[in-house]
Amino acid sequence: MSPAIALKGVCKQYDGFALRDIDLELPTGQVMGLVGVNGAGKSTLLRLLMGLIRADGGEVEVLAQRLPRAQVAVKRDIGYASDDMRLYGGQTLRWHMNFIRSIYPGWDETYAQDLLARFDLKPQQKLAGYSHGQRVKALLLLIFARHPRLLLLDEPTTGLDPVARGEVLAALSDVLHDERRSILFSSHNTADVEQIADSITFIHAGGIVASRDKESFLDSWRRILCQGEWPDDARRPAGVVSVRRSASLIELKTGAFDDSTLPALQALGLAVSSVEPMSLEDIFVTTVRGGHNP
Amino acid sequence: MGTELLLSPHSSTPMYAQIVEQIVAKVLAGEWQEGDPLPSIRELAGDSRVSVITVKRAYLELERAGVIVTWQGKGSFVAHALDAMRTRAADEFQAQLKALLDAARTRGLSRQEIVGRVEQALSGQPEASQPSTEPNRRKPE
Repeated sequence: MSPAIALKGVCKQYDGFALRDIDLELPTGQVMGLVGVNGAGKSTLLRLLMGLIRADGGEVEVLAQRLPRAQVAVKRDIGYASDDMRLYGGQTLRWHMNFIRSIYPGWDETYAQDLLARFDLKPQQKLAGYSHGQRVKALLLLIFARHPRLLLLDEPTTGLDPVARGEVLAALSDVLHDERRSILFSSHNTADVEQIADSITFIHAGGIVASRDKESFLDSWRRILCQGEWPDDARRPAGVVSVRRSASLIELKTGAFDDSTLPALQALGLAVSSVEPMSLEDIFVTTVRGGHNP
Repeated sequence: MGTELLLSPHSSTPMYAQIVEQIVAKVLAGEWQEGDPLPSIRELAGDSRVSVITVKRAYLELERAGVIVTWQGKGSFVAHALDAMRTRAADEFQAQLKALLDAARTRGLSRQEIVGRVEQALSGQPEASQPSTEPNRRKPE
């Protein structure tokens, strides 16, 4: 099956910011989390995929169709949500639902009713009276009830309280049941990404720093504590991104942990006292600070 | 058959290992019987709100351990010959118990002391474990 998303050598130049040389593939049926600091290029990347902006160079393929040429056909099957989308404050959610339903033949009213209850939204209320969180949930409802094959979600959980976040994550999990549907979502909240993403992409300063399946990604990172003296002339073993010392305690963070890591440290005369897995947040911060990925 | 697993993203045990542990527990407890179909990978992922790849990895580990079998196109089932697995689990427990008792004898613990410690451990108040490395925070640079 062709991938849901395939980018090759994609570039986009702005004043003071550029996406450069983006290669990215999202296999159909998978969930990818896009992680990066503010201004890293997450939103630009999502807008390129939605056909809202045009790449300066490279190839953009979405649902096996080339953008921007096939964007009209492709958009029917994409659900895109971002912060800068506005609903009509003077209209009710029910009005919006009828509007979307009249455009998209795939609208699923039963599922929409289910989401209304789960998101605790009042369909007859005008949206101007909705809170921020309710507006976000209303927007997502309008998208989810169309069952789009590809969801492009720019920070879907940002600004939501914990209860609303849980509701949105649960609705995203509904999509996992169908192997033909794919999700790419960006988030500051690495815990959300860690929980439901199959693969993880770190983006920093307009470039992709790492893009791998989550399990092997988390597996390859470890925080290692050792006792001993770090030899002055010692080279960092491959993959070691961060070394910190406190008296004779040494903390290493490596992104290339495997069977050879501990013997290599012992060969340097260090006594390993603990090996811990790292959270995605810790890995992200370490990667960005390290300035490179091994 | 309940498909709900109780997973914690904050545990130090990785998610896939939590899934493995809980499915093994369900099977050993007889809640899931030999030959019962398991929820599909996507079903379990969706219901437990974890990623598909995490459940996939857990199922692979369970297959490797002989707890489940997967038939292409049909799904995964609790393996037959679970008696062998239960026996293996019992054997392993017995072996570990023997090793512990050997270690206790090597240290010269009396029968009473051993029983005392086991009871202490059972009541959830283990003695502070001794770190294996010497604390050397005052060692000069």
